[in-house]
Amino acid sequence: MKSSGPGPREKGKDLLQIRNLHVEGFSDERWHPIVHGVDLTLKRGQVLGLIGESGAGKSTIGLAAMGYAKPGCRITQGSVLFDGIDLLAVNEKGRRRLRGSRIAYVAQSAAASFNPAHRLLEQTVETAVAHGIAGREEANRSAVDLYRRLQLPEPETIGFRYPHQVSGGQLQRAMTAMAMACRPDLIIFDEPTTALDVTTQVEVLASIRNIVEEFSTAAIYVTHDLAVVAQMADRIMVLRHGRTVEEADTRQMLASPSQEYTKTLWAVRKLAKPEVPADDYLLTIDNVTAAYAGKVKVLQDVSIKVPRGRTVAVVGESGSGKSTLARVVTGLLPPISGSISFAGRLLSTGLKTRPKEVLRRIQMIYQMPDNALNPRQTVEEVIARPLEFYLGLKGARRDRRIGELMHMVEMSEDFLERLPGELSGGQKQRVCIARALAADPELIICDEITSALDQIVQEEILKLLIRLQRELGMSYIFITHDIATVRAIADEIVVMHRGKVVEQGLKSEVLTPPHAAYTERLLSSVPEMNPDWLTRLLASRKI
Amino acid sequence: MNPVARTVLQRLGLGLVTLFIVSIIIFSAIAMLPGDFAKATLGQSATPETVAAFQREIGIDRPPVERYFVWVAQMLHGDFGSSFASRTGYRRTVAEIIAPRLYNTMFLAAVTALIAVPLALGLGILAALYRNGWFDRLVNVATLTTISFPEFFVAYMLAYLVISRDTFIGSDFAQTLPHWLTVSLNWALNAVPKFPTLSNVNDQTPFWEHLWKVALPAITLTLVIVAHMMRMTRAAIINMLASPYIDMARLKGMSPIVIVLRHALPNAWAPIVTVVAFNLAYLIVGVVVVEVVFVYPGIGQLMVDAVKSRDVPVVQACALIFAATYILLNLLADVISIATNPRLLHPR
Repeated sequence: MKSSGPGPREKGKDLLQIRNLHVEGFSDERWHPIVHGVDLTLKRGQVLGLIGESGAGKSTIGLAAMGYAKPGCRITQGSVLFDGIDLLAVNEKGRRRLRGSRIAYVAQSAAASFNPAHRLLEQTVETAVAHGIAGREEANRSAVDLYRRLQLPEPETIGFRYPHQVSGGQLQRAMTAMAMACRPDLIIFDEPTTALDVTTQVEVLASIRNIVEEFSTAAIYVTHDLAVVAQMADRIMVLRHGRTVEEADTRQMLASPSQEYTKTLWAVRKLAKPEVPADDYLLTIDNVTAAYAGKVKVLQDVSIKVPRGRTVAVVGESGSGKSTLARVVTGLLPPISGSISFAGRLLSTGLKTRPKEVLRRIQMIYQMPDNALNPRQTVEEVIARPLEFYLGLKGARRDRRIGELMHMVEMSEDFLERLPGELSGGQKQRVCIARALAADPELIICDEITSALDQIVQEEILKLLIRLQRELGMSYIFITHDIATVRAIADEIVVMHRGKVVEQGLKSEVLTPPHAAYTERLLSSVPEMNPDWLTRLLASRKI
Repeated sequence: MNPVARTVLQRLGLGLVTLFIVSIIIFSAIAMLPGDFAKATLGQSATPETVAAFQREIGIDRPPVERYFVWVAQMLHGDFGSSFASRTGYRRTVAEIIAPRLYNTMFLAAVTALIAVPLALGLGILAALYRNGWFDRLVNVATLTTISFPEFFVAYMLAYLVISRDTFIGSDFAQTLPHWLTVSLNWALNAVPKFPTLSNVNDQTPFWEHLWKVALPAITLTLVIVAHMMRMTRAAIINMLASPYIDMARLKGMSPIVIVLRHALPNAWAPIVTVVAFNLAYLIVGVVVVEVVFVYPGIGQLMVDAVKSRDVPVVQACALIFAATYILLNLLADVISIATNPRLLHPR
């Protein structure tokens, strides 16, 4: 592909003007304000980054720029002027004519936002054909051209695949192609890389940035990741609780944020526990090979040692076998070969043959507390279960222990009567931690437990885990794809790639050069706050 | 092997196993029925010797296990056995008794399906499109009303409506109404086609006449089954409308009708075809009441008669046909569900 490079953009007149936007959402039988009077101006060819924690209203504002409110939301006040047309004043038909053709949308989860029943190409050209912008032949040719520009593999034929047949990163690029199909004036990118691995994210970010520059398309880039927005946006707007905190040019915003809240956002990524070298090993995984249904090997000859009272972070992109490792240790997936010993004794491979006492000593916490908690059980019932099952506690002793556990995870006992649906994401994860602690374990496996949380909540959970480890002395196996989390919590690091251990050792050893090739790639893919980071990285990789 | 072909073969094999188990259940259930054909035919005054001789003649003196295997073996050769109504020198095979009745039932089921399935799908799609609007409510209330009445009641009401066409104007009731109302009601009734209220057909009845004669039973059955299919279509589509890809389609500027037909419906087939299959099976195995009301010689009536006269081979064959119908239609529904799922059809 021949890129025209980051040429000067034809910036000029205002393309989008949002004035005094108010949006409400319906929950608990009434309407709550989500966005309170936000103003926003976007010039042609400009990229504006919207940033904030979840609930800040950034996605809602992005959608409102298309005159759209999600089901369960409504725009109550304000105006959205797109190229002189008030999207809130014209009728639905008028808005439909603009959507897809002049304002396009790229969603967070491409896997969920592509229709599973149709081929990629059909979906890419759908708007162009339906709006009569191009004939099918012409649209198909143009789509192939876009696939090529976005560096999708086999651009000629990839369009004939179904969404489930391509990878997440490719889908996200295909969705960008779909948005580009009608050469819109404005694209709303709604967290397009949040669901991707860092290594994939770099490629998608580069593709998006190239194509947006090439066609000098204006864009609103919604994300919670500061380092990402620093690469993509000309200007940044910080949002909180549906209000604008501040807005400035990217470099100025990064160099000298004026508001206190923005500064706290900037400071979040600095948590780092000092590493402590190991003296005694609790769990030893020896040459383990595992596979699902006898097919492809997901783990190959993996050997890992987990020291007592320390944290081993297992890092790698999706498909590297990190979660499978957790399943093997817990006994959910018996390995084909290899052995695991725990506290000096060989563990039996299958779950059913492990004595209750061994089950008790190894606990697990999952990524999605929503799935891991029974929505019909109160917090009290959730925590009481392991107390009764493993320790046989009953009555007043059990209740006292529940109180202690709640105290340990820094939650008030008022929450005991609540159902999981009445808790926030961070609170739910705390309940899961309390449940794991209830069994009085020696090893806790944490599988991406902070990935679904906001940065600020993430930090609180990580601090909690570090404190609990210091007080109770259990070991963690911490599975994650996020390097910042690794820096925060690990003593030792295991880097995995395609089912194999690439590198392992103390945090300081693994994180300082020289690295194994894959570790290098993984570490260099973690976005940095510097707005020139992506450009430099791409330049260095091309050599 | 292609995973779809493998799944289909698996289901087919499973269907055969099910059919085999069902055949055992049918056989034992009927063997446990009180009374026997010999006693029922010969009457109470028959001597034990006559009864025994008659039992030997039709073969029910053998132990049940032996009779079961003889029955299954015969069927595997395509022979459904002889009716107990056979006499020496005058053999009536079960096949020849059932064949015309089965044809009639299939005919009625096919006609009903051709009306009911497109109607239910169309109404369901429109109801989903205009959900919570007046059209949606109207269709829901109407179909719920028709499903809430017993079949025979719907059948008699329809028959009564057709008859009123001729009798209304001369009735006492018509005299008590204001003249203008009588006239307009009469005019409306005359718009009702003069469907036959008796569906007596035989194997000589020409096709078009047959079609004409099953009009009322077909309408009755349509009214009975349409609600279930329509509501499932509506629910399945509305369920899909909450998906992120539907939001995406809206943001691509697609119109509501395109969203429902192109983006929601292709993903909603699985639950819809399951319910359609269930209702089509009902058209074959559950229509005895409607057959009785319209005196239509279908297989339901045949089975009831055969049970009354303890004609075991006929009862068994009917029951087995019903079971096979259910299994086959459900198999078909499974196959369609698989065929409309690109994940299975086009593996990675």
